[in-house]
Amino acid sequence: MIHPIPPGTRDVLPDEMRELRAITEGLRSVFEDAGYGEVATPALEYEEVLRTGDADAAGAGYRTFDERGQVMALRSDMTIPIARLVATRFRRTDGEPLRLSYLGNAYRAVKLGTGHQRELLQAGIELIGVAGPDRDAEVIALALAALDEVGLARHRVGLGDGALYRTLMAAFEVPDDRREELLACLARRDLVTLEALVRDLGLKTEAYEALVSYPELRGGPEILDRADGPAAGALDGLRALHAALHDRGVADRVILDLGLVRELNYYTGAVWEVYDPAVGFVLGGGGRYDDLIGRFGAPRPACGVALDVQRVHIAQAEEEKLQ
Amino acid sequence: MTASDLLTIAVPRGALLGGSLDLLDGLGIDTSEVRSNHRKLLFEDVGIVTMRPSDVPTYVEHGAADIGITGKDVLLEQPERAVYELLDLGYGRCEMVVAAHRDHDPLGEALRRLGRVRIATKYPLIAARHFSETGRQAEIVGVKGSVELAPLTGLVDGIVDLTATGKTLAENDLTVLEEIVTCTARLVANPVAHKLKAAQIDDLVGRIRGALP
Repeated sequence: MIHPIPPGTRDVLPDEMRELRAITEGLRSVFEDAGYGEVATPALEYEEVLRTGDADAAGAGYRTFDERGQVMALRSDMTIPIARLVATRFRRTDGEPLRLSYLGNAYRAVKLGTGHQRELLQAGIELIGVAGPDRDAEVIALALAALDEVGLARHRVGLGDGALYRTLMAAFEVPDDRREELLACLARRDLVTLEALVRDLGLKTEAYEALVSYPELRGGPEILDRADGPAAGALDGLRALHAALHDRGVADRVILDLGLVRELNYYTGAVWEVYDPAVGFVLGGGGRYDDLIGRFGAPRPACGVALDVQRVHIAQAEEEKLQ
Repeated sequence: MTASDLLTIAVPRGALLGGSLDLLDGLGIDTSEVRSNHRKLLFEDVGIVTMRPSDVPTYVEHGAADIGITGKDVLLEQPERAVYELLDLGYGRCEMVVAAHRDHDPLGEALRRLGRVRIATKYPLIAARHFSETGRQAEIVGVKGSVELAPLTGLVDGIVDLTATGKTLAENDLTVLEEIVTCTARLVANPVAHKLKAAQIDDLVGRIRGALP
């Protein structure tokens, strides 16, 4: 007899669970030792509350009604629930910075036959109430250290700016109604369509060159000098962040990537993703979201990172094979 | 992403194979073994894996190949595959078309009298989107083999398929009614490899750009 479970979900048996536990305990201990206290929030939230954080409810895929007919949704990430938690449970905005960590399931809609996960276990941190490159660097360096702790060795962080391309488009006066289309191409790195769309705009050579070439600029800090132009503010921000990462001794594990955009649109500054050569998918990511908590009424800057525990496990298993 | 520092390239068998191997030859990659051995699939020495074009996005998305070559038709039909589309390689040009019997207008008649057309295709997503975008109701019938057979036997009113010369269509008394999109070979990359092997990928992309007409 077959009693199926939904595609994209999974049962975990003891051998795997022991290994997963070792990873989550390892990540948790690094976060705890760095002063990031663990919090938990409900997997179900009122949809309206999630929409306060992001118009798209961060892409929540599952909705249901409660006994009074209110729409509830399964969270698709942890950052919006934590923004809600911070704004309601830590109302004072003038206090010490908050350092929070979490380990919880998030739920996403999947396309069948793609191997995407419907339920995924995320471990992450949020640093709330402080801004500045050194604070971004703290979060990135801690994510790298947590992955060291669980046995990864070759992981890297990709670093970009979530607002950079919008700034470029505004500076080059790309018509408002074309901007989302270009961003959508950039998000999925369809560079062929992007180039065709930019060419159609009939901009000056300088604008064309910048809009087409930025998404291809990846590497060390030298790419920032090659970029320049109207996005100087964002580029200076990345320069400062790179210097802060250098001070923490992790700059050699960071790849600057001017085409990097994260799917979620609550990011306001630097964004990052975590990679490991053993896994073809992104291990995790995050960024700075200075406006999000304010949408819940208690404004303060924040940044964070989330790691996909199952993918970290795959990378760890590959790393063991190499040793 | 593949473990070695070298790039692993997913090369499509079938109509795009010749053009793809010519391109790789032009870059100084030795493809003689691929040309001479039609059963072998994995050529580790030169970092080539061969597969059917529709599997290329799968291998590249999962990082089993760092980069790959496939048709735009495949990418349009599999939008859920998260691969980066880096270059239009120009070769393998063909049209995605709506075709029907040349003598009468089965599409118009079906629409007028029955309110919908029946369309056979190997590209259900592209076909459904095209009819939806043009405001016509369509019933999409997925087939695996020769699509031209479907309207001849009365299974459907018309087809959506890829055609290079229109010869097969003509031989089966079919004629092109609408052109949906032009498809060419594309270079795609795994998102993680695009960062971690940025130098190798940029070098290859630069050399291909230089080699393109």
